[in-house]
Amino acid sequence: MATASSPTNPWLRIILPSLSLLACLVLWHLAATYKLDLGLVSFVYVPPPAAVAEAAWNLATSPKLLPHLGSSLGRVFAGYFAAAVLGVGIGLFIGRWKSLESILLPPLEVLRPIPAVAWIPLAILMFPSSELSMIFITFTGALFPILLNTIHGVEAVDKRLVASARSLGAKPWAILREIILPGAAPSIITGLSIGMGTSWFCLVTAEMVSGQWGIGYYTWESYLIRRYPDIVVGMLLIGVLGMGSSFLIKSTGRFLIPWYHLRRNV
Amino acid sequence: MNAIASASSAVSASELSIHLGHGADRFEAVQKVHFTIRPAEFICILGPSGCGKSTLLGALAGHLKPSHGQLLVNGHPVGGPGPDRGMVFQQHTLFPWRDVIDNVAFGLKMRGVQKLERRNQAKEILQLVGLEGFEKRWPSQLSGGMQQRVEIARVLVNRPSLLLMDEPFGALDAQCRMEMQQLLLSIWARIRTTVVFVTHDIDEAIFMADRILVMSPRPGRIIEDLRVNFPRPRHTEIVTSPDFMHLKRHCLELLRHEPGRALPRLSPLGLPAEQELQAVI
Repeated sequence: MATASSPTNPWLRIILPSLSLLACLVLWHLAATYKLDLGLVSFVYVPPPAAVAEAAWNLATSPKLLPHLGSSLGRVFAGYFAAAVLGVGIGLFIGRWKSLESILLPPLEVLRPIPAVAWIPLAILMFPSSELSMIFITFTGALFPILLNTIHGVEAVDKRLVASARSLGAKPWAILREIILPGAAPSIITGLSIGMGTSWFCLVTAEMVSGQWGIGYYTWESYLIRRYPDIVVGMLLIGVLGMGSSFLIKSTGRFLIPWYHLRRNV
Repeated sequence: MNAIASASSAVSASELSIHLGHGADRFEAVQKVHFTIRPAEFICILGPSGCGKSTLLGALAGHLKPSHGQLLVNGHPVGGPGPDRGMVFQQHTLFPWRDVIDNVAFGLKMRGVQKLERRNQAKEILQLVGLEGFEKRWPSQLSGGMQQRVEIARVLVNRPSLLLMDEPFGALDAQCRMEMQQLLLSIWARIRTTVVFVTHDIDEAIFMADRILVMSPRPGRIIEDLRVNFPRPRHTEIVTSPDFMHLKRHCLELLRHEPGRALPRLSPLGLPAEQELQAVI
């Protein structure tokens, strides 16, 4: 959709979006410096962009940046990796074998609507370290989008492709590997990409409650010790990291399924 | 004597019935058909849409299980699908995630043939169907006719004793369809495998077949076993010959059915699209 209507005009592609971003920055600056108070929402305590930039520079040059970043990235990757392996694995089997769906899906459907944040107290009680409980929260956040998209992808594989493969001599394992997995791949990659976003979302929440290090903790700590510009730095950092890792998943996905994008553009 | 006849025939069906659907929706798609096919014979199964001709093909491929009677291929009952009975669908069953050469080499990969060897063999077959130079294309980059050539090549690479084709040129335009018919006949002249070719196109059936099995609307029965004696190799000119017209008129009469009885198309995998697959072995 975006590719079909994407303008080749540099004015629409680069200049207008940049101007829009710049305008937001100016509005923010004005609202913060003049301590705009709209009654319902107030900018009295909101730091201006310049203060945020300065705080960002301070964080960038501080020895604390790496431990914060490292802790968050480590947790996200541990939880997300476990969710990806389990989600894709279980999803393939549930999608392929109806009896497994009846056994495995009902308990998962009960757990699914519980938001990751609601897991925090129980997770702290269930796991020996706060580190593990945070990884678990990240895991629950990423699991369901990955699992459900995998199941959906497997069920949408054309039955005639499976029949063709069987007629060409493929056994059940070969069908799973050669037909079901690549057939479901576009949907799986969508799930992995959404899961990456939700796992960041859940991690930051978990870190605010029970962290020592990490970007979420840094943001919350900044609030507690009233270093308001640091809050915005933390927020922006979370955004950049989430966007960056989703982008990484998407571009890896494009690389893995070149045939798919080609087909859509034909 | 019957046993000897079935042992020497490529396909033999006796009292063969196939049911589709579940519960109250269950119906007899193919009813008590009886026929034999000799090795290297080119058979067309001709019938109106929904008559069960594709269902019969599905049973030969092993995707559908007969409910009554006996179905032997090379003297053995059909178990499940297998590479000895290659199946070509109407369209879009190439693996979109494999390029042309790997689609064709798929059957060899399933047999454990080494990569280099299977690419070489696949290349040879691609030459046979006139697609050299297209090895690295994705299926979506090919025209409908070229895709069907790849489908045929993908099946032939397994050297099947039985080539099953479900309206393989049904989605192509008239010009392309004629080219493909001639291509298939020229390939068949070289590899001489048994072909069962399902179509609802009378011209196509007469042009291609040694024998035409004509089926009635549901429940599908074989109402005529027509021998087509045009010499081979056949050229498109025969289509306008008096003998051809005569046969065509005969087929038209056989296929004439009461208006308002159009049935939904069945597939070799059972019921169409949204309805669930039945009895996949």
